[in-house]
Amino acid sequence: MALASADVLAGLKEIVEEVAGIPAASIELDKNFTEDLEVDSLSMVEVVVACEERFGVKIPDEKVTELVTVGDAVNFIVNASN
Amino acid sequence: MGSESQILSVGAYRPKRLVPNSEIVDRIESSDEWIQQRTGIESRRFADESESLLDMAIWAAEDALKNAQLTIDDIDTVIVATITFPFQAPSAATALLQRLGNPKAAAFDINAACAGFCYAVSMAHDFVKAGTSKKVLVIGAEKISDFTDPSDRATAFIFADGAGAVIIGESAEAGIGPVEWGSDADSRDAIQMNPSWIEVRNTETQLTKADVKWPNISQEGQKVFRWAVFSMSKAALKALDAAGLTVNDIDAFIPHQANVRIIETMAKEMDMPSSVVIADDIRTNGNTSAASIPLAMDALLKKHPELHGKIALLIGYGAGLVYAGQVVKLPPKP
Repeated sequence: MALASADVLAGLKEIVEEVAGIPAASIELDKNFTEDLEVDSLSMVEVVVACEERFGVKIPDEKVTELVTVGDAVNFIVNASN
Repeated sequence: MGSESQILSVGAYRPKRLVPNSEIVDRIESSDEWIQQRTGIESRRFADESESLLDMAIWAAEDALKNAQLTIDDIDTVIVATITFPFQAPSAATALLQRLGNPKAAAFDINAACAGFCYAVSMAHDFVKAGTSKKVLVIGAEKISDFTDPSDRATAFIFADGAGAVIIGESAEAGIGPVEWGSDADSRDAIQMNPSWIEVRNTETQLTKADVKWPNISQEGQKVFRWAVFSMSKAALKALDAAGLTVNDIDAFIPHQANVRIIETMAKEMDMPSSVVIADDIRTNGNTSAASIPLAMDALLKKHPELHGKIALLIGYGAGLVYAGQVVKLPPKP
């Protein structure tokens, strides 16, 4: 069964806050990881691995660069969980 | 039958020239802040023409011999771990023996990239344990500046030059634990040195010299970071387990000095207690591939002499991808 977008967003907020120290309140679907949230490429790897563990999905290396916004990540995880 | 083995001494050679980030940022359109944030590197050392890979290997070996109060005549086996010795044959190990005046010991080089030192330590341990060798000189030596493109934004600020050595000999008690090693050969393209020598030759004969591409090192940063942090922390824990230990039983953690972010995230993944001293030689000396662990061991023991004879976890990982890790007792005070 697919995960609900709202649940994925809530989980992702916790992960980004934990990994990159960014307050969950400032993490929204339209935010760009690099430019708005200043999550650099290595922190992004940590976020991705934490998402894989938390949501039980696989996010291959070549997909990581395609996850530009928080919304991209939420959509990818929801679709991958389908 | 042989005996248990231990590290008798460590030695090091660091090139004279310290190169701060400010010296390399222009060619890669980067900044000191950017490099430090992503790698923790403040400076690195580049060898000049008077410091060849062989020179550095010899000087590190002489330091290790002196610290063990041995001479080259006491050594029966030499293993040099390197990927940057500029001759396919004969080996750096035989060149070293010739120059040091013991042209008879068993000698060979190995290529396990940044894991080379830990591979060689494992082999030396097995040789002593089997009775094949009694005293093995293990050297990690690299002059990666010869094989780095100074304008490559992914590697120019990471790699550096240097050599480190240990002598492994017989011991009444086990001083080197079982190795945890392996590869992820499906990721061979994550770190590469391209093109091949054949391609260099063919290009050189067909085109002008300016078109010749030199075999420089390249790497996919995110892929390597993911593998290093999340797979290597598991491998390191397995090496501890194989020795019957946990992170609470060790005094020092000396991983390959690839990137401070990798080292710190690995330690976090492994729940490393704050009592464990973590080597961070990369901050001032860069990533010296096969030389990084013995260099970091040397630096750690100079900074923390109380760690002589204490327990350390080593793990090397690099191009292949390959890895090897083991628990060791750090050498006694010289």
